[in-house]
Parts: sequence; structure tokens; C-alpha cells
Amino acid sequence: MTSTHPAVELDGLTKSFGAVTAVDGLSLRVQPGEVVAFLGPNGAGKTTTIDMLLGLSRPDTGTVRVLGGTPDDAVARGRVAAVLQTGGLLKDLTVGETVRMTAYFYRHTRPAAEVLERAGITDIADRVVGRCSGGQQQRLRFALALLPDPDLMVLDEPTTGMDVEGRRDFWQALRRDARRGRTVIFATHYLDEADAYADRIVLVRQGRIVADGTTAEIKNLAAGRTVRATLPGADQAALAALPGVDAVEVRGDSVLVRTGDSDAIARHLLTRTAARDVEITSRNLEDAFLALTTAQTGA
Amino acid sequence: MTTATPTRAGAAGPDRRLPALGGFAPGALRIELRRVLRNRRTLAFTLIMPGVFFLIFGLPQGGQSLDNGRPVTAYVMISLAVYAAMVATTSVGGAVATERALGWSRQLRLTPLRPAAYVATKLITAMSLGLLAVVVEFLVGAVAGVRVPAYVWLLSGLAAWLGSLVFAAFGLFIGYLAPAENVMQIIGPVLAVLAMFGGLFVPVEVLPDVLQQVAKFTPVYGMGVLARAPLTGDGVSLAAVANLVVWALLFGVGAARLFRRDTARV
Repeated sequence: MTSTHPAVELDGLTKSFGAVTAVDGLSLRVQPGEVVAFLGPNGAGKTTTIDMLLGLSRPDTGTVRVLGGTPDDAVARGRVAAVLQTGGLLKDLTVGETVRMTAYFYRHTRPAAEVLERAGITDIADRVVGRCSGGQQQRLRFALALLPDPDLMVLDEPTTGMDVEGRRDFWQALRRDARRGRTVIFATHYLDEADAYADRIVLVRQGRIVADGTTAEIKNLAAGRTVRATLPGADQAALAALPGVDAVEVRGDSVLVRTGDSDAIARHLLTRTAARDVEITSRNLEDAFLALTTAQTGA
Repeated sequence: MTTATPTRAGAAGPDRRLPALGGFAPGALRIELRRVLRNRRTLAFTLIMPGVFFLIFGLPQGGQSLDNGRPVTAYVMISLAVYAAMVATTSVGGAVATERALGWSRQLRLTPLRPAAYVATKLITAMSLGLLAVVVEFLVGAVAGVRVPAYVWLLSGLAAWLGSLVFAAFGLFIGYLAPAENVMQIIGPVLAVLAMFGGLFVPVEVLPDVLQQVAKFTPVYGMGVLARAPLTGDGVSLAAVANLVVWALLFGVGAARLFRRDTARV
């Protein structure tokens, strides 16, 4: 039965390795049917979070619920399947044998021929895995993940190490498969992948979520412009109340206003306040991504 | 409340029950066996080499007899069958090291297959290859003219085969001790030394006295004595049985402990 449980509920997850805190109080709820990108630079804690989500490792603190139950149970029932980054295949089996062998571990699966077809590797079913390219091996992992017809598909940087063509083929295969209702969570550090394939983006940095919203909302973080001016004693609340203002930040004598209407804000600052040194800069998604995900040094 | 939420795959949806036997399946075992039989290195060391050893070292002793009148060639053949079986089962058990190094164990954790079912598959595969190794060695012997009563073929064969279970456990023990792709290249020479002490290449009695005493405590000694007992007619000493049991326990418990460490979530 498809239940009304969230697909994923992560609550206050922390995980340390020695002195390094990989995941630091991360909470996330994903509803059934969402396609979520877990976006962040290397070392942000994406893989550690996914390992805990899949039950491959235990959080130091916090809880993980997958489709209303434990990760282990969801895996054992074929309700969740995953494509991990590297390794994990027997080089001396053929592609077809790998799929058929894995299928035997489940109570019930889609036919091997069907998942090979959907992953786009029917033509190399008789090839030994050791002679497959990285991209072909990744599509084989994808085929394995399709076997149980999972409710939740988790992909950890599925296109790492692939060339442009390999990446495109992989995402095309995933897209062909995308059908209503399957929840997909994928980790990536490629902005364009998150943008193109997710309808929700979760930005992570240093084990924490720094932004979470629809792709449009995340893009809005970057859209518009920032108006900076020198204005001692700026009235932050009054500026924030102006139409078109997304955020106001006061740093000493400087004020930064993020807005979709930079002309109006500049006009206001120059005519209604004592602001001087007005600068207007535009931001793009890349800037937003960097600003949100780059470790702050110093204070 | 039983409102019909629209499910994605139509009315029924996939069968979400747990697999029987923790995912252990004859079909997967079949693929596993085929995979082992495709491995040229394994076949060379378990099926071909022991047979060739017999032709080189056993056959020239044709016509010679043991104290009870049975042919020396049978003594050599049974010893080499034990060797073939132990190499066979060790290599299958040790393959766990390769699969851990490749990350296949991690991939399996994303399936319903329970670790115990995985180990059961490995053990059955190991014992299947072990049986094949014994049968091939005996076939080579039979074709080359070894003649002993039927009960000797049967009992010695069974002892060689079942004794190799100790080395299936040894292989798993090593496999869970160190993840390495080339584990058999390291274990191979170790097995040869153990086989030497176990009297599989030359009778233990020809070794220097000190080494003879040492040999009695090495892991192949017990199974060698047991496998040859139907042929030689010598009684089975308590020491030989104890040797087999103790090593079986050591490797079995060792493998189980490492296995549990490996499958524990961190």
C-alpha cells in the first residue's frame, strides 16, 4: 500500500568521523513524488547523509525514517533502491548476469530485460562488467536499482567521473524512467544537473542545510541584484518593507539590499536617505551556490 | 479512513514482502557456480595442477605398495585430492576479500540479501568446487590405473571433501580479514606450506623429527590422516580428529567474528 508517510524524514542527524563533523544537525523531510537534488561541494556531507538514509551507517544522534519505517526494512522490501558512486560490481560477471543474480535476492522484481532496456544497456547485456565503461557500469547500477520498482530512488553523485556524453546518456535514462510518483533524491555537485532534473534543491554545506526550496526559489536567491550603499544608521526594517525587497543586510556602515527591482531601491536610497557610494551588482545561480556553499573563513 | 490514494503503479503495486531465506536463491547460486567455473586461475590451481602433480609424482611410483599391500599411487592420489579440495574451498571463501575490495558487499547491502544468506551461498559454492576437485583428482587416478576397493574411493573421497570445509572457513576468515583483490596470490604459497606439513606432498614420516612433531599441530594434518585412513587401514588417532575439530572451530569462529564485525553498521 502506498501510505501517506513522507518518503524520507531525517531529524537532527549528526555524524562525526574522529574530529571531523561530517553531518551537523541535519533535518529534512521529503514528500512522496518529489525529485530532490542534494547539492553541495565535495565534503559537504552529502554521501554521509545518504549512507545514513540507506542504513549503511548509523547516525551518532538523530533519527532516520524511510517511507515510514527503518532504512533496513525499506531496503529489504525493495521500497528503496540506490545508485552509489563507484565500485560495487563484479568484474567477471556479464551485465545480464549481474542483473539476473541481483533479481534473485528479491521477492519480486521487474523483468531483467525490462530494466536493461530502461537503463539503455540491452545491447551490452552479454558484455563482461570489467570491460564496460564507467558510464555503462553506472547505467548497470541504475538497472539494478530499477529491479524492485522502488518507491524511492537514491542516487549519490551518479555521474561522477563520466564524460559529457556519459552524463547526458545517464540522465536521459533516468528521465525516461521518471514516472509519476517515484520519489528521487540525488546528490550532485553539478549545478546544471540539479537545475535540470530536480524540482526541489537542498543546498548543503559543512553538514548543514543552508538553503532548501523549489528550483525556482533557489534560483530566486540568485536572481535579481544586490544594491550596496554606505548608509550609517540604516533603518533595516524600513528598507525591508519596500516593495521588491528580498533581503536586507547591514554590515557596519554598509547596507546590502537584495531585490528584484534595483532601480527603485537605488532611487529610494539616493532620494530619501543619506546613502552614498551606491553600487548595483547582479548575481547568478553560480554566485548564489558559491555564496551559500563556500565555507566562511574567519569569524 | 480508507480513501483510495492513487497509487503509482496501478491498483496492485509491487509485492513488498521480504524474500524467503534472507534472499538465498538457487538461481543466484547457479550464476555464482558458473562464475567460479569460468575463472581460469581457479580451475588451473584446483583441477588441473593437482592432476598434473599426480602424473608427475604419483605415477612413477606405480607398482610400489604400502605396508598393507595397497598401491602407493592411491596414497598420493588421495593426498593430492585433499590438497585440491582445500585449495578449491579456500579460493572460493577467499574471494570474499575480492568482493569486499570491489565494493560488491556494499552493493549487496542495498538488496534484501541477508549476510548469512551470502555466506551460505559462498559455502555451498566452495563445497561444490571442492567436490569437483576431489572427483577430478580421483578420475585422473582411476584413468591412470589406481585400483582400490570401492569403500576406499567413497570414504577417502568423502573425508577429503568434508575436511575441506575447514578451509572454506579459512578462506572466509582471510576474506573478512583483509579486503584485497589478489588474496589468493598471498594464500597460495601458505596453503602449499600447510599441505607440506599435512603430509600431502610427502609422508609426514619422512620429515625431520622436530618438524614431524610440529606438523601434528598444523591444520592440514588431521584431514590428511582421516582421508588416508580407509586406504592405509591405520586407526584414526584421537590427535588427528582433535586436530581437525580444533582447526575447524578456530577458523569457523574466527570467520564468524570477522563477518559480524564486517556487517556491523558503523
